[in-house]
Parts: sequence; C-alpha cells; structure tokens
Amino acid sequence: MESFKNALAASIRQSRAFYGAVALLVIIYLVYNILHPHGFSSAVLVQNANEMAAIAFLAMAQTVPVLLGGLDLSVGAVMTLTSCIASELVHGSPATILFGMVMTLLSGTAFGLLNGIIVVYGRLQPIIVTLATGAIAIGLALFIRPKPGGEIDADLNWAVTNSLRDLVETYHLFNPDAGWFAPVAWIPVPLLALLAVAVLVWIPFRKSVTGRTVYAIGSAEGAAYMSGLPINRAKIAAFALAGFFAACGGLYLAIQTSSGNADVMQAGAYTLNSIAAVVLGGTSLLGGIGGAIASLVGACILRVISFYFRIVSIDPLLQPLIEGLVLLAAVSLGALRTLRVKNNLDLFR
Amino acid sequence: MNSLFSTIRPENKPIAVASLFIMVILLIGTAYTLSVQGSAPLLSPNYLLQQLQTGSFLGIVAAGMMMVILLGHIDLSVPWTLTASAMMAASVGGDMALPTGIAVGLAVGLVNGLGIAYLRIPSMIFTLGVDSVLRGLMVAHTGGFAPQDQATPLMRFLAAERLLGIPVAIFVWAFVSVCVALILTRTSFGRSVYATGNREGAAFLSGIRTRMVIIGAFMVSGVCAAIAGVLLAGYSAKAYQGMGLPYLLPAIAAVVLGGTRILGGQGRYVGTLVGVVLIVLLNSVLSIMQMPEAGRQIIYGAVLIGMLLVYGRGARVAS
Repeated sequence: MESFKNALAASIRQSRAFYGAVALLVIIYLVYNILHPHGFSSAVLVQNANEMAAIAFLAMAQTVPVLLGGLDLSVGAVMTLTSCIASELVHGSPATILFGMVMTLLSGTAFGLLNGIIVVYGRLQPIIVTLATGAIAIGLALFIRPKPGGEIDADLNWAVTNSLRDLVETYHLFNPDAGWFAPVAWIPVPLLALLAVAVLVWIPFRKSVTGRTVYAIGSAEGAAYMSGLPINRAKIAAFALAGFFAACGGLYLAIQTSSGNADVMQAGAYTLNSIAAVVLGGTSLLGGIGGAIASLVGACILRVISFYFRIVSIDPLLQPLIEGLVLLAAVSLGALRTLRVKNNLDLFR
Repeated sequence: MNSLFSTIRPENKPIAVASLFIMVILLIGTAYTLSVQGSAPLLSPNYLLQQLQTGSFLGIVAAGMMMVILLGHIDLSVPWTLTASAMMAASVGGDMALPTGIAVGLAVGLVNGLGIAYLRIPSMIFTLGVDSVLRGLMVAHTGGFAPQDQATPLMRFLAAERLLGIPVAIFVWAFVSVCVALILTRTSFGRSVYATGNREGAAFLSGIRTRMVIIGAFMVSGVCAAIAGVLLAGYSAKAYQGMGLPYLLPAIAAVVLGGTRILGGQGRYVGTLVGVVLIVLLNSVLSIMQMPEAGRQIIYGAVLIGMLLVYGRGARVAS
C-alpha cells in the first residue's frame, strides 16, 4: 500500500498535466450531469460517447507523431478517406462486412505507413509532408465519393452506436436480460471500442522497444541514435499507427453516419481539433511527454465543453466565441510552466 | 547541366528548381491548349496579369506567413484574421475602412505575439485558439448571417481596377513584397528574425530582444492577412464567412516551396514570390484542363512532395 502511494505520488509529479486534465474532465462532466435537466442516464452517456468517439480516435492518432516531436496534418484527411472507403465496403453479408472493416483499417494504416516512409527516407519535415499527403488523401476521397452517400449495414450502425445491451440484442449473442449481464449492459459501445483500441493497441505499443524509441526520439533524437535505438523503424511505426487510429475514426464516423462524405472543411476542422485535444490532454508539442490515453481525455474535455451549450441557456450567436475563449484559456494554462522556470534560457527549448 | 546546378548556392537551389518548374507548367499548359483549342491563352500577357491579380491575395498572405515561419513558428489564425479585417472594414465603411481593417490585423498579431513570446505557448495551438475566438467574435458581430455591407470604392479600386493596364492589386502586392524584402535584408529587425529562428537561446544571449522580435513578426503577419482580407473584400465587393480558409495551407505551401525552412532561420523572400507564382499557375493550368477537384488535390500534394524531394533532404541524424 505504501509503495503504491509512493508510485502514485511520483507518477503525479512526473505528469502533472495529465492528472490535471483528468481532474478537469471529471469535474466538468460531473457538473454537466448535475446541471442536466434529466440527470445522469445511460441514454445521455450513449449520446455523449457517440459524439466523442471520432475526435477521440483522431486525437490518439495525432498523439503518436506529436510524441516524436512532429505533427501529422493528414489525420483528418485520412479519416475522411477511410470513411469514404468504409461507405463503399461495409455492407452485405457478415463476411463482406468484416472484410470491409479490415480493408478500411488496413488502408488507413497503409496511408500512415506511406507518410512514415516519406518522412524517414525523404528526410523531410513531417508537418509539410503530411500537409501534402493530406491533400492527396482528400483527392482520393473525392475520387471514391464525389458526392456524399454510400451504404453501411443498418444492424452494424445500430449495434455500434448504442449501449452494450443493444449490441447483444441485435446480434442475438445471448439473452440480453441475463442477470449477470445487467451491471455492464448500460455501457456505450463507442466507449468500449475506444478503450479496447487504447488497451489492445496503444499500451502494447508503448511498452515495446519501438514505442519507447518514439518517446526517446521526442526527448533527444541524437541521444536515441547514439544509444542504438531503431530510429527509422520507430518513426515509420509511429506514422503507421497514426494512420491506423485515424482509420478507426473514419470507420466509426462512416458507421455512425451510415455514409461517407469527402468534406474538405470537416477534414481540416478535425485535424485542428485533434491538435487541440492532444495539447489539452497534456502531451507536449515538443515531443517526448504524454500519451494516447491523455489525448483521449483531452478530446473528451473538448467535447464536454460543447455539451454545456445544450443545457445552459446562452445566446447561440455567442457559442462559438465562448468555445474559442475556453479553448484559448485551457491552452494558456500551459503558461504556468513559465513560472516554474528558474533559468530564462530554459524557456527557449 | 549538372555542374551548373551544383554551382548554385544551397539557399538559391529551391528558387532555381521552382522557377524551372514554372516553365514546365507553362509549357505543359500551352501544349495542352494548343492541341485542344488551337490557341495559347496561357502565354498572353492579359491572362497572366489576371492570374497574378487573383494570386496577389495569396502572395500578400504568404509574405506575412514567411516572417513567422522564419522564426520557426506558424500562424494558423490567418483565415479569420483575414475575414475579420474584411468584415470590420466593410462594416465601418467610408474613409476609415482601410485603417480599421489594418488595425484589426495589428491587434490580432499583437495578441498572437504576446501569447507566444511571453506565455510561451506553442504557436501552432495559440494561433489556432485566437482563430476560433475571432470566428466567434465575427459570428456574434454578423449575427450568423452573411453581412450586407458593401466594400468601399477605395477597396474596390485597390482590388479590382487597373492602372496603366496593370491590376492595382499587383501594385499592392509589389509594395508589400518590397517592404518585406527590405525588412528582411536591410534592417536589424530582419536579421534578428533570422537569428531568432536559428536558435532563440543564442539570439537572446547575444542581446537580441527575442520576445519583441516574435511579437513584431506576428504583427507583420497579422497586417499582411488584413491587407489581403481588405483586398479580397474589395475584389468580391463584400466580406463573407470563410473567405480566408482557402488561403492558409496554400500560403504555407508557397513559403516552403520557395525554400524557406519550416523550422525557421533560413529562406529568401524571392523564393516565396516564386512559390506563390508556382501555385497560382499550377491552379490555373489545372482549371484550364478542367481537372476535377479530386485530381487537383492529388496533383497538388504530389507536386509539393516531389519538389521538396528535389530540393535536397534534411541532414541525417548522426549525433
């Protein structure tokens, strides 16, 4: 018990920003539910989780290149591209649905892989490479789906965007009213999908040599190289993983909206919001500090802020302004760092 | 040819490559129009001037963006700085329209600069926040509708009229270009921008007030976006929502295509000019070919990556 306490204290000291973000999320979500006219209910949670899922996946996607000290401006475009692919493939028999989902995820991963290969072997800056490949992804998306539309299996749409109970009921897995199932039946499927991807993909990656190398490159690339770490492999893997997470977001968005839409504006907005979510979660844009779980929290904060507008009566014309001010204030909290700096030169890193 | 290429100094290489590529674009476009329509509109001075007139808005935005990129920062608030300046200028109207628009740009640049220089928040995220605040302000100001205000005659003159057969907008672009080029090469502020962009700590230790340099550069960027906004409002007779969005990424692309290092500290203004012309001509050739939006985006991205690969790649990590 004592050692656990010490470990927790050390962990909090090391990642103040992350625990601060978690605390902020808990507080604002609690207040939201207290203020909500109908109080907390599974239906509200399901709706909230649905709205969070796509941006949360994208925030996780953005995190990996940011940890390298880079930036991926193509995540929104890759999400758009994969959602268009999904709207072509994810319908028909169960086998073709599964095939379509796998193909969607693979195509996103392949696009990320391409980003990584250009960054590593072209030796170009990630921000500008992904600016260009983002345009290519949007072009491909428009090519696949010049007009919004497409088809997604209706059962899948219903099962994935509702609570666990609906998932079980839709696919007749077992009796959805079984007694042992009741305590978890209310959990929203999108939330589970997010956690599953985070636990099954992100955590093993972070613990692997490749994942540790991503962190090392973000802290000091030269030192990582001199220590014999596989730099090129880590960079390529980071961008491929970003592509995979973006594809998860795209697949989810396609299932949620039952269609694909090659919307350039939406792609840009998602990319920019993903950066904001990463920063809100406490990941440093300089690289080396943070993680995908933190960005998940950041994305949730970003979304919960916008939930408030539904229950607090504010002039709708003022909503974008307040949203912007809150975002600006939240990122300005990072300025507290400057107060702790003892030597002015440390500011210029 | 190869020996000639290697005698060019490294910072001029992108400019030479981009200029060559402009020739290639013109040749391909002319070959296409000759074979399809039997005429060569791309080479007529009138057509080129018209293209440069619409390109001047991008050129002015890119000039400001370059200042900021030379510092190793980036200004993502350009879209709504541009829109806000245009909207405020149009709604104030009269003689004060122009000064109002530029004052908006200066104020936004000041806020950006203060946040980045003193609060030390990464420019990528701070300017993004400022952008969304500006968007909110403008939504509140216009009430969410398209504003009804018309551009003033002076704005119309600056953007859409011609003087001596040349569009006035090109004169404005040329004026901004000369100013920025002089600032960068002939003033101590300009040299400080390069020094700060190379290594802020070293610049600080050698007595440069790097915070003031950052604020100054962001104010230049804000003013450039404001000028572009006022011109664009004059060109299309009024300000409208989302008028600035199509200028952000092309401006960054133009600066980088012109050989400015995205991490700061290196780049010549001539390069940015060449980069803007390249993007404008590429766009016009693609629209002459009636390329659908999908193909246009793909070619756009491929050209950007291809050119950067030709420019020479970054140094290998070796220590």
